[in-house]
Amino acid sequence: MSDDEIVKDFLVESYENLDRLDRDLVGLEKNPRDREALAGVFRTIHTIKGTCGFLGFAKLEKVAHVGENLLTRLRDRQLVLNPEITTALLGMVDAVRQMLQEIESTGKDGEIDYPDLRETLTRLQQLPEGPGRDGTMPAAASGTQTGVPASMGEILMQRAGVTPMQIQIAVQEQEKGDPRRLGEILVDQGAAGAGDVVDALRVQQSQGVQSAVDSTVRVNVGLLDKVMTLVGELVLARNQVLQFAGRMKDASFLAVSQRLNLITTELQEGVMKTRMQPIGNIWGQFPRTVRDVALGCGKQVNIVMEGKETELDKTIIEAIKDPLTHLVRNSVDHGIELPEQRVKAGKDRAGRLVLRAFHEGGQVNIEISDDGGGLNVERIRHKALERGLISAEQAKRMTEHEIFNLIFLPGFSTAEKITNVSGRGVGMDVVKTNVERIGGSVDVQSTAGQGTTVRVKIPLTLAIIPALVVTCGGDRYAIPQVSLLELVRIEGEKVSKGIELVHGAPVYRLRGRLLPLVYLNRELRVSADANSALTSDGAVNIVVLQADERQFGLVVDQIHDTEEIVVKPLRKQLKTIKTFAGSSIMGDGKVALILDVLGLAQRASVVTKSRERTLTDKVTDAAAAAGEKRTFLLFSGPGDSRMAIPLSTLARLEEFPVAQVEMSGNQWVTQYRGQILPLIRLSVAMEERRARLLALQAPPAADAGPIQVLVLNHEGRSFGLVVEQILDIVDDRADVKSAATRPSVLYTVVIGDRVTELLDITAVLASADSSVARATPMGRAAGAAN
Amino acid sequence: MEHTSQFCTFYLDKLLFGVELKGVQEVIRSLEMTRVPLAPEVVSGLINLRGQIVTAVNLRLRLELEPAPPGADAMNVVVRSEDGAVSLLVDEIGDVVEVEESSFETPPETLHGSVRSMILGIHKLDDRLMHVLDIEKACRMTEVAETAAGR
Repeated sequence: MSDDEIVKDFLVESYENLDRLDRDLVGLEKNPRDREALAGVFRTIHTIKGTCGFLGFAKLEKVAHVGENLLTRLRDRQLVLNPEITTALLGMVDAVRQMLQEIESTGKDGEIDYPDLRETLTRLQQLPEGPGRDGTMPAAASGTQTGVPASMGEILMQRAGVTPMQIQIAVQEQEKGDPRRLGEILVDQGAAGAGDVVDALRVQQSQGVQSAVDSTVRVNVGLLDKVMTLVGELVLARNQVLQFAGRMKDASFLAVSQRLNLITTELQEGVMKTRMQPIGNIWGQFPRTVRDVALGCGKQVNIVMEGKETELDKTIIEAIKDPLTHLVRNSVDHGIELPEQRVKAGKDRAGRLVLRAFHEGGQVNIEISDDGGGLNVERIRHKALERGLISAEQAKRMTEHEIFNLIFLPGFSTAEKITNVSGRGVGMDVVKTNVERIGGSVDVQSTAGQGTTVRVKIPLTLAIIPALVVTCGGDRYAIPQVSLLELVRIEGEKVSKGIELVHGAPVYRLRGRLLPLVYLNRELRVSADANSALTSDGAVNIVVLQADERQFGLVVDQIHDTEEIVVKPLRKQLKTIKTFAGSSIMGDGKVALILDVLGLAQRASVVTKSRERTLTDKVTDAAAAAGEKRTFLLFSGPGDSRMAIPLSTLARLEEFPVAQVEMSGNQWVTQYRGQILPLIRLSVAMEERRARLLALQAPPAADAGPIQVLVLNHEGRSFGLVVEQILDIVDDRADVKSAATRPSVLYTVVIGDRVTELLDITAVLASADSSVARATPMGRAAGAAN
Repeated sequence: MEHTSQFCTFYLDKLLFGVELKGVQEVIRSLEMTRVPLAPEVVSGLINLRGQIVTAVNLRLRLELEPAPPGADAMNVVVRSEDGAVSLLVDEIGDVVEVEESSFETPPETLHGSVRSMILGIHKLDDRLMHVLDIEKACRMTEVAETAAGR
């Protein structure tokens, strides 16, 4: 082993130990009498000190040395751990960690030798009163004597011929209050030689070390990944053999392939397990994080962890580490109140932060709950409105739960938020993005005054997943089983009856509810005839999928079996295609693409992203919107109804103060860009004829607020449409349609998940024309407006 | 750069191209390919290279050459790019040539457009010219996103 390798090993081992140190120290602060933990801390620092002495990292050794001295006092119960000592020791851990990083990058332990820290540590080890027993201990005894498997007495009995009687006497001495160690008493009594005790200590130490070394082996992750890939290959080969065996009628071959099948499955599970790590591995650092954050903002927080042993794939563990840390910090920082506030609210001074992990339905749930003040609905609503993330209309109709989840919107939180404690703050959108990237989801629940729970759901593994294989346009595609709800096959006559159209958008009645249908061949543009699946005489296969709590039916050519597939990520060149989650090699060695159900749903506009985006984003996107998706302007019309027009018909949005509105006959007009712009009041135009004639006479009330006007170009004419309120601009396919319920409405559609009336501009104009003289064409204004 | 360097050569529409030999992983006959709907046109599909899934790039299209005549079997030149292995589909494989640095010239000014960025230069061989292909540029398709595939 070269020096480099030794250093590398030293680094890896030390990092691991340091993480445990953080944990142990915080644990010790709560329970300073835990000798085992103390011994563990001591051992770690001792090892680091010893190794860097050997490797020549003098500065690191110095720091570790003073730390060790302090720890010796603690271990020998000459001192009791208090917050000051804990802070100093944690400081030492940080210093050591920093130096290790320095070593990792430069090979040297850096320039800083932390004089302040060393001084603090030295000062703290001064005994409060009386002379210490320093120096009275034999050198060998400064090794570990606590928390080790075999007892000192046992070893001495076996090796040095000490009788059980002698040991019992020594133990009794100790029980009477003799501060000496068992070994020392025995030596003093002449029952054992000093050499025997030193030997025994050595045995004890080696046993302690061995037990850990024997049960685990450190394996390079790269090697593990390679084994994983190979097992993936084996799974594929197995699939091939099984297909082959199905065709062969040879009984013994069938038996062999069955065995191969079983062994492969077991091997696969075994290898998967090697990559599994308990979530406790990343939770381990949280007590320290919580302690630091809580100290920093003057709070008291107890952290409780449930389900530490819940296992997750290594890659996932790594991916969720940062988001979880973020959530934990947030809970302490923003969730839990200050002690005084808590007392006032009748709670314990110390807040309670509960981390809970458990398996459920092939997924892992992680909950981070605090018993703090909860999220403030009004404040979030206000903030979201202020930042233009939602419209006033949206704000009104959103449920409490929807409001809470606004905190995950990009742009919701800003740095400034940290100080004005309202909702959870910084970068929650990053948390959401990171969790979603690995196929997970985040949700937040909160009860005012009682606390907040953030629930993160993530898949167990990303490497091998069960998937349904389908064909479309001659190619196979895999659909992850997680999103699969059921399979429906419509045959013969039922095809024409079963699939109905809602203004061109196909739907299927699934147990009385309309299921929007998406044709895979159309979405992937692999079939020239877009309607082939509709008109064909054969059966229609529908895969019912779930994406983002919305259901839709995916029409495919054929449905095959479910298979365990090995997920291989797509290369960068193809990553931009959101419709695919990855690729996999099928049993016959051919490559198949894995559909990204959410991406597909978004593409087919089953799931709109609209609500998740800011208004400005939507406008920019609207310009780039392509294909069947159309951009609509949403506004509220008469009777507070939600209405829409295609954005393409719109020239401008204007707001006029009523004072600028003039009367020209019965017509409201305004001077607009050097022209006279007729204003059609939507509320009037949509009235019944008689009421309209009456309403037409009325000039605008002088005290009314400014009017909202959509300036439209229609068939060469420009006019302003006065609406109640302009709401939003959204991209949508407006698929689900039904007949209009009143005149001047083309039909009713669902836009952005809400029933919306699509305005019939021609009809509105006609009805306006029927009561007033035809307005003069305004070509120039129209041109200018564009 | 050393005095001489080795190039793996291939033909595209009768033109001779070369990529540095050390960037080539292997050369294989045509493999069964899975098309990728919605992908940029230059992506011919995905191939299974002994368990490794490799993107195949239609180099003729990438270099804005005439499309290959139907039925022609393309060869795969698998190259190592920053983003893993990529297979370049070519008409025919040529020899491995060793060229001297002195025979190199930058592409003529008259060569322009996106093709120019993919051609590092020209090596003047005895009987013909060899276009030196920039592997990274040829494999990078950042400019062609989903929308560019044309709806």
